Amino acid sequence: MTTTPVEPEALEAAFEATIARHDRIEPRDWMPDAYRRTLVRQMAQHAHSEIIGMQPEGAWIGRAPSLRRKAILLAKVQDEAGHGLYLYSACETLGVSRAELTELLLTGRQKYSSIFNYPTLSYADVGTIGWLVDGAAICNQVPLCRTSYGPYGRAMIRICKEESFHQRQGYELLMTMMRGTDAQREMVQESVNRFWWPSLMMFGPPDADSPNSARSMAWGVKRNSNDELRQKFVDMTVPQAEALGVTLPDPELRWNEERGHHDFGEPDWEELAAVIRGDGPCNAQRMAHRRAAHEDGAWVREAASAFAERAGAR
Amino acid sequence: MSADRREWPLYEVFVRGKRGLNHVHVGSLHAADDAMAVRHARDVYTRRNEGVSIWVVRADAITASSPDEKDPMFAPSGDKVYRHPTFYDIPDNVPHM
Ligand SMILES: [Fe+2]
Ligand SMILES: [Fe+2]
Repeated sequence: MTTTPVEPEALEAAFEATIARHDRIEPRDWMPDAYRRTLVRQMAQHAHSEIIGMQPEGAWIGRAPSLRRKAILLAKVQDEAGHGLYLYSACETLGVSRAELTELLLTGRQKYSSIFNYPTLSYADVGTIGWLVDGAAICNQVPLCRTSYGPYGRAMIRICKEESFHQRQGYELLMTMMRGTDAQREMVQESVNRFWWPSLMMFGPPDADSPNSARSMAWGVKRNSNDELRQKFVDMTVPQAEALGVTLPDPELRWNEERGHHDFGEPDWEELAAVIRGDGPCNAQRMAHRRAAHEDGAWVREAASAFAERAGAR
Repeated sequence: MSADRREWPLYEVFVRGKRGLNHVHVGSLHAADDAMAVRHARDVYTRRNEGVSIWVVRADAITASSPDEKDPMFAPSGDKVYRHPTFYDIPDNVPHM
C-alpha cells in the first residue's frame, strides 16, 4: 500500500486536536517524541514500583498469623505482580522491549516509588501499607484512568478495581488489631507513625519543585497536580484514622474551615530527595533482591525457551 | 544475561467475560509458547472470574489497518447515511417498526 506523506505540522495538529477533545492517543497514532518519552518514563517507573512493591509485604507471607491472613496477603502480592505486568505491556506498546525495561530497573537507570525503600518492621505494617500506601496509590491512580494514552488508561482501570481490595484488607487488619490487646494497639500506632510521612511523599515533590508536571498536565498524561492529590489524600484519611482510633503524627494537622480542607505540616523533602537518590533505608536491599530473583529465574526462562523450540521443531 | 536478550514472543490476549459475549482484547503478555501464553493469561487477566474463555494470538500474526490511512479506509461508510434505520421517516402511527 502506498501512503501519501503527511506534513509534520499536520500530524502535530491532529495530535493536539485529539488531546484537546480529551480523546485518547492509541499506540499507532503519531505522537511527539517528548510525549512518548514522558509516557515511557512514567509507565516504566510505575511498573517497576508494582514489582518492587511486592517485597516489603512479601516478607511477611511466611509469618502471617493465620491461614486466612496468609491467603489474603498472597492474593494481594500476586495482584501487585499482575499490576506490574499490565503496565509493562502497556509500556511496550510504545516500542520499548520488556528486556530493556527490566535492564533499566536492574541497572538503576529507572526509578521506582520511594515508599518501597522503607522497611516493614512489624506485622502491623502489612495493614498500614494496605490502608495508607495503597490508599495513596488509589488517589494517584484513579485520575490516571482518564489519562490521554489509551493503553495506560485501560491498565489503570484494571488496577484501580483491584486496589480497593488492597486498601480494605489493610484497614480491616488494623481494625482487628485495634480490638486486641494494648500491645497490639501500640504496634498499630507505631506503624502508622512510621508510614504517615513517607505516604505523603508518594505524591512527589511540591508543585513548585515539579518541573515536568505542567507539561504532563497539558498533554493529559497527568490529570491533577501533586499538591492537589496530597490534599485529597489527607482529607480522606483523617476521618479513617479517627474511626480506627489512631493519631496521625503531625502536630500541625487540623481542619481549616475557610479552605474546607485540612491544614497539615510539610513533609521532609530532604528525606524524599535522599531516598530517591538511593540513600533510603532499604534501597540497596530491594535492588539486590530484585537482581537475585532475576538471576535465579534465568534457568526457568532458558528451559522454557528450549522446550518451546524443541516442540516447534517437531 | 545473554540468553535473556532473546525475548519470548508477545501474545495478545482476548477474554470472553461470560457466555453470550464476544471475546474482548484485554492486554498482552510474553510467553515461550502458545500453551504457556494461555496459562499466563489466566493468571494475569482472570484472577477474579473475569472470564470463561481465553484466546491468545501471537502479536506478529495480527494484520491491522494503517492509522495513516484512517480517513480513506473508513471514508466509504461515512457518507452512506441510508445504511442506518434512522434515515427513514415512518409515521408514528405505524406499529412495530
Ligand atoms: Fe498495585
Ligand atoms: Fe495495591
